[in-house]
Amino acid sequence: MKNLILFILRNHYVLLFILLESVSFVMVVRYNSYQHTSFINSSAAVAGQVNSVFSTVNNYLSLNQRNQELNDELARLRTMMPESSKIDTLAAQTAFDSVYTQQYEYLPCRVISNSVKSANNFLTLDIGSKHGVEPGMAVVSAMGAVGVVKAVSPNFSSVISLLNQNLKISAMLEKSGYFGSLGWEGGDYRIANLEDLPGHIKVSNGDVVITSGYSTIFPKGVMIGNVESVTAHGVNGFMSASVRLSVDFKRLSNVQVVRNLLKKEQLELQERAENE
Amino acid sequence: MNNVLVKNIILFVVLVLLQVGVLNQVQLGGFINPYIYILFIILLPVGTPGWLTLVLSFVLGISIDMFCNSPGIHTSATVFAGFVRPYLLSSLMPRETVEPTDTPNIRLFGTGWFLKYCLVMVIVHHVSLFMVEAFKFSSLHLILWRALLSIVFTMILIVLSQFLFTRNNK
Repeated sequence: MKNLILFILRNHYVLLFILLESVSFVMVVRYNSYQHTSFINSSAAVAGQVNSVFSTVNNYLSLNQRNQELNDELARLRTMMPESSKIDTLAAQTAFDSVYTQQYEYLPCRVISNSVKSANNFLTLDIGSKHGVEPGMAVVSAMGAVGVVKAVSPNFSSVISLLNQNLKISAMLEKSGYFGSLGWEGGDYRIANLEDLPGHIKVSNGDVVITSGYSTIFPKGVMIGNVESVTAHGVNGFMSASVRLSVDFKRLSNVQVVRNLLKKEQLELQERAENE
Repeated sequence: MNNVLVKNIILFVVLVLLQVGVLNQVQLGGFINPYIYILFIILLPVGTPGWLTLVLSFVLGISIDMFCNSPGIHTSATVFAGFVRPYLLSSLMPRETVEPTDTPNIRLFGTGWFLKYCLVMVIVHHVSLFMVEAFKFSSLHLILWRALLSIVFTMILIVLSQFLFTRNNK
């Protein structure tokens, strides 16, 4: 304490100077708006520099967490993208007409998976039982017949493509009206085989092949393709022809599921007739 | 001693009034502003104790600041000048035999000595004043230019006043 007082006494001049000068500077900084702002600004600039260095280091150290956060955010945003959701409203057109009873209803949809390469090809559509799709419904595109629905889930349906060796559909020659069974035997995805045609009829190349409408699946008159060539005159009195399919299965995008409103009635009648 | 006190009080009042009443109103060329009030510190008796010099500098500066509405700016510059003064005097003192009540005036110590002493004091005061006023080093050349011009005018005024006052006092 004594030493302190001695020190103060010995250096009273300098200490007094420092005191008074400090008081002046405090006044300068506190009461002069320009110096005040300037002081604040420069201290902010220095503090900002220091802070930015620290935050750079901090950012680096927390990169893992940041990445995780960004990933979560990305996933959340992706979920919100329109591409992630399915449109549940369908513009299924039903016409009200007292003259005609509507038999077929078309549900527009999109093909979301497709193949032409395997022996038994399937398609997947983006609508399902929620939208009224049931197994056994026909699928057509603007160009012609595509396949038959095999199974449905609430939001999707699996379709047996025409390019599937297990599917046979009833087809007829538009010009003559003779019908046969159309199937695919593998190989070229553009060519199907029309079998069981009567042997005596005249089939020329380019004849139009359409669905017969004899089954409850396809409506009558849906385009299938054109006769490419008559391949075989069967010994059993039947002949077959290869048909160039009108649908290009390699670029299939928008199709319609055909709902046969009278299917149940027709099947019940046929069943009753067979049983009797 | 009493005489010295009264003389200095009068000088103080006159210089402050002259500064705030006349010189602060006349800004030559826009930013040249002579600060004659520092003459009070310059003319304090040689034997003034250091702490008294500092306190008087503080009071002088704060008086000017009150009128200039710039708290602290003149105070800090004047206190700094007052702080430098004793060292300057002891290093420049021309004669060993100086009465403590002697004021460092032009007659007593000679024109050359007085000019040197005044110039250092004015430079110290003005440069620190303009520094504090600008409060940054980025426009240093402008600050120094302003300080230089003001120093010249202050020096002219001080020398003029010296001739006037010392003659009257005689």
